[in-house]
Amino acid sequence: MKPMFAALAAVSLAAALAPIAARADQTLLNVSYDPTREFYAAYDAQFVKDWKTKTGETITVNQSHGGSGAQARAVIDGLEADVVTLALAYDIDAISQKAKLLPPNWATRLPDNASPYTSTIVFLVRKGNPKHLHDWPDLVKPGIAVITANPKTSGGARWNFLAAYDYALRANDKSEAKAGSYVKALYANVPVLDSGSRGATTTFTERGIGDVLLAWENEAILAVKEHPGDYEIVTPSSSILAEPPVSVVDVNADKHGTRKVAEAYLHELYAPWAQRLECQFGYRPRRHDITCETHFAQLPLSTIAEFGGWDAAQAKFFADGAVFDQIYQPK
Amino acid sequence: MRRSLGLIVSRDVVPGRTLALGTTIALATLAVLMPLAVVVLVATTADWRTLGPELISPRMTAAFRLTFGASLAAALLDVVCGTYIAWVLVRRRFTGIALLDALVDVPLAIPTAVAGIALATLYGAHGWAGAFLEAHGLHVAYTPLGIGIALAFVGLPFAVRAVAPVLAALPKEYEEAAKSLGANQAITFARVVLPQLVPAILAGFALALARGLGEYGSVLFISGNLPLRTEIAPLLIMAKLEEYDYQGAAAIATVLLLSSFSLLLAIAALQRRLTARSVRA
Repeated sequence: MKPMFAALAAVSLAAALAPIAARADQTLLNVSYDPTREFYAAYDAQFVKDWKTKTGETITVNQSHGGSGAQARAVIDGLEADVVTLALAYDIDAISQKAKLLPPNWATRLPDNASPYTSTIVFLVRKGNPKHLHDWPDLVKPGIAVITANPKTSGGARWNFLAAYDYALRANDKSEAKAGSYVKALYANVPVLDSGSRGATTTFTERGIGDVLLAWENEAILAVKEHPGDYEIVTPSSSILAEPPVSVVDVNADKHGTRKVAEAYLHELYAPWAQRLECQFGYRPRRHDITCETHFAQLPLSTIAEFGGWDAAQAKFFADGAVFDQIYQPK
Repeated sequence: MRRSLGLIVSRDVVPGRTLALGTTIALATLAVLMPLAVVVLVATTADWRTLGPELISPRMTAAFRLTFGASLAAALLDVVCGTYIAWVLVRRRFTGIALLDALVDVPLAIPTAVAGIALATLYGAHGWAGAFLEAHGLHVAYTPLGIGIALAFVGLPFAVRAVAPVLAALPKEYEEAAKSLGANQAITFARVVLPQLVPAILAGFALALARGLGEYGSVLFISGNLPLRTEIAPLLIMAKLEEYDYQGAAAIATVLLLSSFSLLLAIAALQRRLTARSVRA
């Protein structure tokens, strides 16, 4: 009876351990925002292959995409992301502040404010630029319909607002009063204020509404590629440097035992091959020695740091009763 | 019931009263009451000194006015059309009626975002209906009218489904008797059929209204979301969430919840009174 029992125990122990052994092959969850879907699909495939060659470990990378703010809230509310790759630092700050899942200094742990790739805000106009829209002042002319999303509900649209405001500061000797009236005139020309950036793009491309779409450069490049002959990209005289940041979510990664691979996953985003891939998908690479078929116009770009960081910008422009709300006052 | 246990003696037709009651209360608590309680609880932690003035700000009141106005208008349209559709489904016999019957429920089955995008495409300046209407000076997409249409679309099944079974249970002989006594069609409908349907119509109205008040997905795409003009109350909740202001979001939700609840309570009271009266009559 005894040997029989021991054999049984051994078998069941082995059976119980088998899944654990199999789970040593790690799974990484990258919670990202909407337009990075295609880029990370390509990046993940290559990273998994390289990781296998380097370490012999088989890993799986799962992706989750959605609006940047909604994704951050999902992580705060318990979606166990090992890494987050979002549209703005404000959303990762929120994960740090609200849920304490990563340290407040997360942005200093990787080069370039933890943003391996950048983008900027450009104009997407209809073919031939029939309304002759070349720079920011053209957008406030009477009869021009500008499409952009609501910065109160869309993280991406906050970059749009800041790019416009920043132009007005440059053009008016840093006068905040004049910058305020510029953005007021600009949003008076906005016939539809979609709740998200994707919605604004749909309104412009599918619904045919508006003369110009304020768009992330990478999305504009994608739109031109997908609808050849329908749209043109206009680069304004100045814009803002959009820095979509990345971070390991420490608490989750430690719990899953994935810290090493998670850190490597983000670090590798700065490698030449990844930078080339980002360039191919319309993001501006940080490395200057990278070339790909995408052409990026050179223009002066302000940074969020010039606005005092996201907390300051949020309070000054997008909080209740702040600059953006003042645009919409009852007459 | 198991009398031998001596716990509850019941003549209910629903078997297993203890189990049924327990399960129902547990489900209602977990699925309905607790989430609502959490909303109210979070709202109480909000800083009402700053939130109070905000809740009565022009932007907020405009959004609430729009949400309630459009929902009421849509529910009204739904019960008028819904009652007629229910009458056709119950009283008429023609080929394809099963198709119409199934079609009525489609607005419940498709994702609301799809409905919103479809409506915006149809009624947009370049859509089939939109191009025609705009040529005649009527703007639908990105106006309160468009919001009303979206809400009417998602609320219609409730109006139809509330009325149809009551109508089916109504003996056709009543209508025939009225006719044989010399009443014309209009009088027959107004004096014989309609009074019996009023409680059901009210129920349909309440359901369609409730759906409209909370509707978000379908409206978003056709409303244009312009502050003071086409911004619905649920969008302001989303705006609060986007700022990670959970308390603010919960506070607006609580106001929406309480006003919806009192409206529905009033309709339910009216409905009970009318039902009681028609039973007496």
